[in-house]
Amino acid sequence: MSGMIGNDPTPREAEGRYLLDVAELSKRFPLGRRRLFGKAAPAMVHAVDDVSFTLARGETLGLVGESGCGKSTLVRLIARLTDPTTGSIRFGNRELSALPAKAFARDPDRARIQIVFQDAGESINPRFTAADAIADPLRQLRGLGGDALREKVEEAATLCGLPLALLDRFPHQLSGGQRARVGIARAIGPRPDLLVLDEPTAALDVSVQVTILQLLVRLRETLGISYVFVSHDLNVVRLLCDRVVVMYLGRIVETGPARAVFDAPLHPYTRGLVAAVPRLDGLRADALRLAGDPRSPIDPDPDACRFHGRCPIGTGRCGAEMPKLRRFDGGREAACHYVEAA
Amino acid sequence: MTTVLDVTDFSVEFRTRSGTVKALDRVAFRIGRGETMALVGESGSGKSVTAYALLGLLDAAGRITGGRASLEGVELTTASPAALAAIRGRRAAMIFQNPRAALNPIRPIGQQIADVVRRHAGLSRRDATSRAVEMLREVGIPDPVRRAGAYPFELSGGMCQRVMIAIAVATRPALLIADEPTTGLDVTTQAVVMDIMAKLAGETGMATLLITHDLALAAERSGRIAVMHAGHIVEEAATRALLAAPRHPYTRRLLAATPTAAGDLAELRSIPGNLPDLRRADLPPCRFAARCPQHLEACEAPMVWRDIAPAHRIACWNPA
Amino acid sequence: MSAAALRHARHVVSENPVTGFALGLFVLFVLAALLGPSLAPHDPLASNTMLALQPPSAQHWFGTDQIGRDIFSRVLVATRLDLGIAAASVALVFAAGGFAGLAAGFFGGWVDQIVGRTADTIMAFPLFVLAMAIVAALGNTVPNIVLATAIINFPLYVRVARAETTQRREAGFVDAARIAGHRDMGVLLLQVAPNILPIMVVQMSLTMGYAILNAAGLSFIGLGVRAPTPEWGIMVAEGASFIVSGEWWVALFPGATLMVAVFCFNLLGDGVRDIVDPRRRT
Repeated sequence: MSGMIGNDPTPREAEGRYLLDVAELSKRFPLGRRRLFGKAAPAMVHAVDDVSFTLARGETLGLVGESGCGKSTLVRLIARLTDPTTGSIRFGNRELSALPAKAFARDPDRARIQIVFQDAGESINPRFTAADAIADPLRQLRGLGGDALREKVEEAATLCGLPLALLDRFPHQLSGGQRARVGIARAIGPRPDLLVLDEPTAALDVSVQVTILQLLVRLRETLGISYVFVSHDLNVVRLLCDRVVVMYLGRIVETGPARAVFDAPLHPYTRGLVAAVPRLDGLRADALRLAGDPRSPIDPDPDACRFHGRCPIGTGRCGAEMPKLRRFDGGREAACHYVEAA
Repeated sequence: MTTVLDVTDFSVEFRTRSGTVKALDRVAFRIGRGETMALVGESGSGKSVTAYALLGLLDAAGRITGGRASLEGVELTTASPAALAAIRGRRAAMIFQNPRAALNPIRPIGQQIADVVRRHAGLSRRDATSRAVEMLREVGIPDPVRRAGAYPFELSGGMCQRVMIAIAVATRPALLIADEPTTGLDVTTQAVVMDIMAKLAGETGMATLLITHDLALAAERSGRIAVMHAGHIVEEAATRALLAAPRHPYTRRLLAATPTAAGDLAELRSIPGNLPDLRRADLPPCRFAARCPQHLEACEAPMVWRDIAPAHRIACWNPA
Repeated sequence: MSAAALRHARHVVSENPVTGFALGLFVLFVLAALLGPSLAPHDPLASNTMLALQPPSAQHWFGTDQIGRDIFSRVLVATRLDLGIAAASVALVFAAGGFAGLAAGFFGGWVDQIVGRTADTIMAFPLFVLAMAIVAALGNTVPNIVLATAIINFPLYVRVARAETTQRREAGFVDAARIAGHRDMGVLLLQVAPNILPIMVVQMSLTMGYAILNAAGLSFIGLGVRAPTPEWGIMVAEGASFIVSGEWWVALFPGATLMVAVFCFNLLGDGVRDIVDPRRRT
């Protein structure tokens, strides 16, 4: 198999402890069309702002926050579908941020970072059968064809609990759970080291969700993949993730071990978020209700806490000084002036 | 408690190219004034079909094949389309998932509320406009005078749903049907929207039928829960009682599959099998039978609903 | 085509008798185009002044024209030329317009600007006049008629392909393809193009009728195929002057054939959409 593209890289041990090391990453979009001879700089949407975190080998990192908090953009940055404005993305031994997203499509490391998309129905080409969809990255990234390809497709499908009889079906002929399995099989086919899971169970019924989550845990153990897991469902994040990153308006407001963060959140935003999750025991924490909407992400005040104005405990200081992430016991961090050690 | 909506033996079928889908089979429930009842189930359980059928919004392929449904004593199943249309605006209102799609994109939201008020309450243009602003204030939209001139695309999803609620309750209906009203919204926004619905129900005595796939949301926000599976209501009880001691095997399995704020993934159990094909001519009397761990021969007998505790009703021959 | 696809096609046709009817007509036209010259009962070019302007009879089903040629044979033989011109122009514009629209919708920016302005420029002319001008300028040949017909249909194809592509540019499967290692061209041709193919095929069927009409129209005003070649447009033009004097059949039969052909392709468009759309496959 000399024709195989890439992934014959540095041995993993040589790459150090962190698979992914993201530092001071920012992504700003100009609002509207940039004019060729325009005088004023266009207004900028700060989608991701000064985000730093690490992902250890074999670890699962959860990414939570409201819609518009920048988690989707962050996912696209990590998966190298979009180029960052500033900052670094270190993957293994390589700095990937300088590599344009267009060029990364044929990079040897492309196979090592894969995504499971949110709506498996929408992310599978409607003109492709399940087998075509799973085969696509194997053909492109691993240069497989013929029987070897068929074998790898069937292997990936089997790993994901997808009956081989379903491989010839089109996405619209599959159930939601089966489509989710196709999406996962497609992503693990090239044997990535990092799998970004973007709301993989959001469209599924709870009874199916359980099987998909259990499948993801099994794959993590058998294949040794590291996950970045994005979800709006905190209970699901808690089940699957070792650590969690909470984002608000493009910035990280809190990180730490998932259970600790959800059981005793430090940041006032995290407290409101956790309190808003409906509970089966019906106990509501109405006192912590977060009212209002997030502020505009367009050219936000660089010296004000992004949560200022919606925060139940904010003071004048929060409008004048951007809180930095501070360390707390138990490997936790929070960006708030008024958080005391838990 | 006065009954607002009384549904008995309500059945609905859809005729399709590949056979008749028995979407609802003898569905029955009541909702009283000021009460919130949750209709909970997974996709395909028939919970939305129930709402659409009650309000006469079924598409051409669907028809009501049996049963009764009365809203404040008015029979809905035999009402003329014109009568149903009048009821829909005045006495029963409905809000949906994806509120932005339900709003007219090219009219300011204040005018959209005013339109409804003028049509159903016969107010003058100026009175309707001030009523619209008042409604926006009532659903907690800040700066309502200015926001009345906003277009749907200028508002967040949560704001749009609040506008939908304002439109729905503007005529002070007796019944609000909320079909997955917060699906797709953030949990923080969901909490606010649900608070507003609860507040309005409390103030006006409006009955609420909350249709949701989220058991936890139903647990927090309803007084009673009816669990649906494949077109049957399989269990119905007061929310606390149902969650504390679920008796139907499906309810138990649904609870066992729902992630909570404590516990491990290994403790969760999926529900094996799929919904039965509702086009089958030989549907078993209990539509959960093929997936049920407690299946008995007795389960082949015709299904009956029985009370196993005060106000706790199940459709099962071998409850837990 | 797989067995399932054939089964589906049969289902669509049985569900919709109009499509079946159009399909039947289409088969007739194709047979006429392929076999016309060998089926024609008379030589389409042989004149016989003794038999000029005979009304329809058992001998001459469609009658004869002013120099005694058999109109039925001429109509039959002309099918190949008329359908051929239309098919060639549609194939040309499908490839060129389809690709231009795809690229414009997918890349946006300057590609979109250039393609869009080109299409707008073409649309700024009365289309038939533009076709006349192209043929008049380039010369009165069959390839030029094909080219002119393709050019005036170009904006239509660009618009449909562009609109369909923009809708899918942000689709999840496009990102998935990038993750799978496809470059832009790969995503465009292997992932997006197959998705807009059904709608383009429908477009082809619909514009086929229009292309036939356009080619015949050019010949009708003397800018297309030249006499004595049998061609529907010329035959209508030649017969037009005889209508007032009562010899209606000279213009009517080629005209009616032209109409039925256009009608057939328009009807076929809807049926084709049902057949090629995989989501309608059960």
